[in-house]
Amino acid sequence: MENNSEKTMPGEAIAGEYKYGFSTDIDTDIIPKGLSEDVVRLISQKKGEPEWLLDFRLRAFHAWQQMSMPRWAHLDIPPIDYQDISYYAAPVKKEGPKSMDEVDPQLVETFNKLGISLEEQKKLSGVAVDAVMDSVSVKTTHRELLAEKGVIFCSFSEAVRDYPDLVRKYLGKIVPPTDNFFAALNSAVFSDGSFVYIPKGVRCPMELSTYFRINAQGTGQFERTLIIADEDAYVSYLEGCTAPMRDENQLHAAIVEIFVEDRAEVKYSTVQNWYAGDKEGRGGVYNFVTKRGICHHDAKLSWTQVETGSAITWKYPSCVLAGDNAVGEFYSVAVTNNRQQADTGTKMIHLGRNTRSTIVSKGISAGHSQNSYRGLVKMAPSAEGAHNYAQCDSLLLSDTCGAHTFPYIDVLNDTAVAEHEATTSKISEDQLFYCAQRGIGAEEAVGLIVNGYAKEVMNKLPMEFAVEAQKLLSISLEGSVG
Amino acid sequence: MDALAQYLNLYREHSDVLMANAPEALNRPRPRAYERLMSARLPRKGDEGYPALSVEEMFAPDYGVNLRRVPFGVEASEPFRCGVPNVSTLMAFVVNDSFRPTATLERNLPDGVEVMSLARAAEIYPDVVAKHYDALAGAVKLIPTDPHSTADAVMQPSAVSVLNTLLCQDGVFVRVKAGVRCDKPLQIVNISNASAPLLAVRRMLVIVEDGASCSILTCDHAASHDVDYLNCQVTEAFLGRGASLDIYDLEESSARTARHAQLYARQDEGSEFTVNGTTLVGGRTRNSYYVELCGEHARAKLAGMAIGGDEQAVENATCVIHRAPKTESDQLFKNILDDKAEGAFYGSIIVDEKADFTKAYQINRNIVASPSARMHTRPQLEIYCDEVKCSHGATVGQIDENAMFYMRQRGIPERQARMMLMQAFMADVIDTVSIPALKSRLAQLVELRLSGTRELCAACER
Repeated sequence: MENNSEKTMPGEAIAGEYKYGFSTDIDTDIIPKGLSEDVVRLISQKKGEPEWLLDFRLRAFHAWQQMSMPRWAHLDIPPIDYQDISYYAAPVKKEGPKSMDEVDPQLVETFNKLGISLEEQKKLSGVAVDAVMDSVSVKTTHRELLAEKGVIFCSFSEAVRDYPDLVRKYLGKIVPPTDNFFAALNSAVFSDGSFVYIPKGVRCPMELSTYFRINAQGTGQFERTLIIADEDAYVSYLEGCTAPMRDENQLHAAIVEIFVEDRAEVKYSTVQNWYAGDKEGRGGVYNFVTKRGICHHDAKLSWTQVETGSAITWKYPSCVLAGDNAVGEFYSVAVTNNRQQADTGTKMIHLGRNTRSTIVSKGISAGHSQNSYRGLVKMAPSAEGAHNYAQCDSLLLSDTCGAHTFPYIDVLNDTAVAEHEATTSKISEDQLFYCAQRGIGAEEAVGLIVNGYAKEVMNKLPMEFAVEAQKLLSISLEGSVG
Repeated sequence: MDALAQYLNLYREHSDVLMANAPEALNRPRPRAYERLMSARLPRKGDEGYPALSVEEMFAPDYGVNLRRVPFGVEASEPFRCGVPNVSTLMAFVVNDSFRPTATLERNLPDGVEVMSLARAAEIYPDVVAKHYDALAGAVKLIPTDPHSTADAVMQPSAVSVLNTLLCQDGVFVRVKAGVRCDKPLQIVNISNASAPLLAVRRMLVIVEDGASCSILTCDHAASHDVDYLNCQVTEAFLGRGASLDIYDLEESSARTARHAQLYARQDEGSEFTVNGTTLVGGRTRNSYYVELCGEHARAKLAGMAIGGDEQAVENATCVIHRAPKTESDQLFKNILDDKAEGAFYGSIIVDEKADFTKAYQINRNIVASPSARMHTRPQLEIYCDEVKCSHGATVGQIDENAMFYMRQRGIPERQARMMLMQAFMADVIDTVSIPALKSRLAQLVELRLSGTRELCAACER
C-alpha cells in the first residue's frame, strides 16, 4: 500500500483535525491555581455545602496527600504539577434560568456548535440533557417530564441541596474517596456533576444524557456522576465529552458511581472525544477516570464506550457483581492516533453466584500512538458457577504504533469459568484491495473496514450516539493510512 | 533481616572463600552483581509478573550455601536411575550444584559434543566461558527498591538471576560444535541432598553452534523429603544459525523443595528452540523463560504443564521477544490444580518495531479441580509494529461435564472418566516432546501423578 500519510491533501488534513476546538468567551468564576486544604474548603464554601460533604472532601484530600500517581499503566505521563491547576471554574450565572430564553445566549451558542442545541435536543430528540461546562452543570432539560415519573435528574449540587439523604447514602460507597490517586483528587475538589435516581419499578421514559466540556484555560475538570437505579428500574445514560484546543494539557479526573439494585438495569454509554493534542502530541486532555458500578441480585450493568479523544486515557469502567445472577457487560472501541496513549479496559469482580460478564474490546492504533487493553476478571471463592467471556482484538494501522493486551484473570472458585481470547493484526490487505478495486479510496476504505470491525460495539450504542460515534471513528483516523 | 540482605552479608563476609573455590570467569561478574543488588529487592507477590508467588518469602529462610565445596556423596544419586526405556541417553548427575559425570558419559560422547562441569570448562576454555557466561542473565532489569521509579510493564526478570551470578561456583557446561548433530539425548539428573536446609546455586551454560543440534533432559529430585531445599537455577542457552535445541525439564522433587528456575535463550537466524517444563511434584515452583528471537526465521516453542496438589504453588512466566522479522513463537501452558494448590501463568509476547511478519501465539488453559485451588493468569501482548499475526487465549474452568456424561453413559466409572479427560487435557503439551520414547514415558508419569501418586521416583524404580 502506498504511503498516503505524508501527502494528504491540506483540505483533508484539516477536516481530520479537532472540530470541537473552540473556546467560548463567557464570564467564568475561576479560583486561583493551586491545591491546599483552604482551596478544598473554598470550593465547598462556594457551593454552600453541608458539613458532612466538607468532611468527605477533607478526608479525601488528606488521603490524596499521602498517595503518589499510579505508574503501572503502559503510559508515558509527563510530570503533572497539581499546584498549577485551578480547581474550580464556573460560568458566572446571574439568577438560575427559568426558561431556555434566560440561558446565556453565548452558552447556548457553544452547545449549538457542539451539535447539542438544548432547544433542539429538547424538542426533537426527546433526550434529556444535563450539560456540564468546566465542572458546573449549566442546564438540565426535560426535567418536568422526568419528575412526573419520579425520576430525579439534576446537577450534583442540586442533589446535595434537595436530596441530601440520598446523596449521603450512596456517595463514595462504591468508589471510596481513598480508592486511588485520581479518585481521591476528585473526591477532594469535585465541583459538580450529574445525579440520577430512578425509583423502584420505573423504566426511565427517555435516554438521559450529559455533555461535558472543559472551557476555561488552566483548569481541570473534576465532575462526579452518581446513578442509582432502585429495584426493577431501568435507565440508559449517555455521556459525551469535548474540550477546546489548547497547547497545554488539561486534566480531567472524573468519578462515576452506579448502584444497580435488585433486578434493575443500567446502560451507560460514553462517547469520549476530548481534545487529543496535535500531531506532535502537544496539548490534549489527560483523561484519568474512575468508573465503577455495583450490581445486586439479578441486576445488570452495561458499559459501552467509544474512546477517540484525549492525549492520555487511563480508565477502567468496572462492575462489582455482588448479587446472585448479576450481569456485567463492557463493550469498548478505543482509537488512538498520532501521539495519543490509552490504557483502558475493565474490571469484572464476581462475588455472587451465577454471575455473568462479557467483555468485548476493540483497539485501533494508528500514527505513533500506544493503545493498551488492561482488564481484570476476578472470581471470588463465593462466585459459584460464575462465567466470564472476554474478547480483545487490536487492529494496527501503522508500523510505528503499539497495541498491547494485559488481561488479569484470577479464579478462586472451582465452578467458575473464565475465557479470554485476543488477537492482534494489521488491517487486511485483501479487504483494502477489494475496496480499491471498487473505486473506494484508501482513506474511505479504512473508515469502512474500521467501522465494520467496531460494529459489534457500535451496535450497543443508542441510535443518536451511534451515528456520531461512527463519524468520529472516521474523523479520528483520517490521514492515518499508510 | 531482609531476604536479600542475608545473602549480601554472606557475600561480604565470605567472598574470599567463595572466590577461592571458583574459577576466574565466574568470579569476574561478582562485584557488578553485588553493586546492582545493593539497590534492588526480591520480587513480592503482587509485583508485576508475580501473581502468586513471593520470591522474597521463598528466599527468606536461613539456608546454608556450600561455599567451601564440601563434596556430597554420589551414592545419593544411586536411587535415581531415571532411565527412559528404549532410549540410551548420555547421563550425568548434579548433586546440589556439583557436576558428577557417570563413567559412561565421557566414553560415549560423540565427537564435537562437550559436557563437563562449568568450573572445568572455565579453565579449559576461559574465552568461551567469559564470552557467554552471564551475557544474557546479566542483562536483566532489576526491580528497584523505590516502587515509583519505573513504569515498565515488561516482565522484569527478578534479582534472583543476579543473585545467582553473585553466589554461583559451578554448574554444567554443554557445547555442541558447528554442524554436529548429537543424536543421543543428554540427560542431567539434579539431586538435592543435604541433611540441613540448603540453597543450591546452579548454573547451566548451553552453546549450540551453527547448524548443530542437541536435546537435553533434566529432572529434579530430592534425596530426602524431610529437609528444606531451595534450588536457584539459571540456564543460559545460545543457539547459532540453523541450530536446534530441545530442553525437556521435569520436576519431581518434594513438598519441601522450592525451585526458582530461569532460562534465558538467544536465537540466531533459522534456529529452532523447544522447551517443555513439567512440574509434577514440588513445593513452591517458579519457572521463568526469557527467549529472544534475534535472527530471521528463528522459531521458539515453549510448553509447560503442572499438576498441583496439596499446598503446592506453581508459577510459570514467559517473555518471548521478537527482535527480527519473520520469526515465530508458540506458547502452550496448562495446569490442573487440586486440593489447595495455587497456579499462575504470566506470559508475555513482545514484538519489537523491526520484527515485521512475526507470528506469535500463546495459549494457557487451566482446570481448577477443588474448591480451594486457585489460578491466576496474565497473558500479555505488546506489539510495536504492524505486520504481525498475534493471538493469545486463556481459560480457567473445569472438566467438561458433557464429556463426562458421554463417558459415563458408556459405562466408564466416574473416577476413570475424570482421569482420561485430564490426561487428554494434557496430551497436547506432552505432544511437544519430539522423542517418542520420552513422550510415552512422560504420559505414563502424568497418569501416575493424576492417579494420586506423589512418590513418582519410587514408582519409577518398579
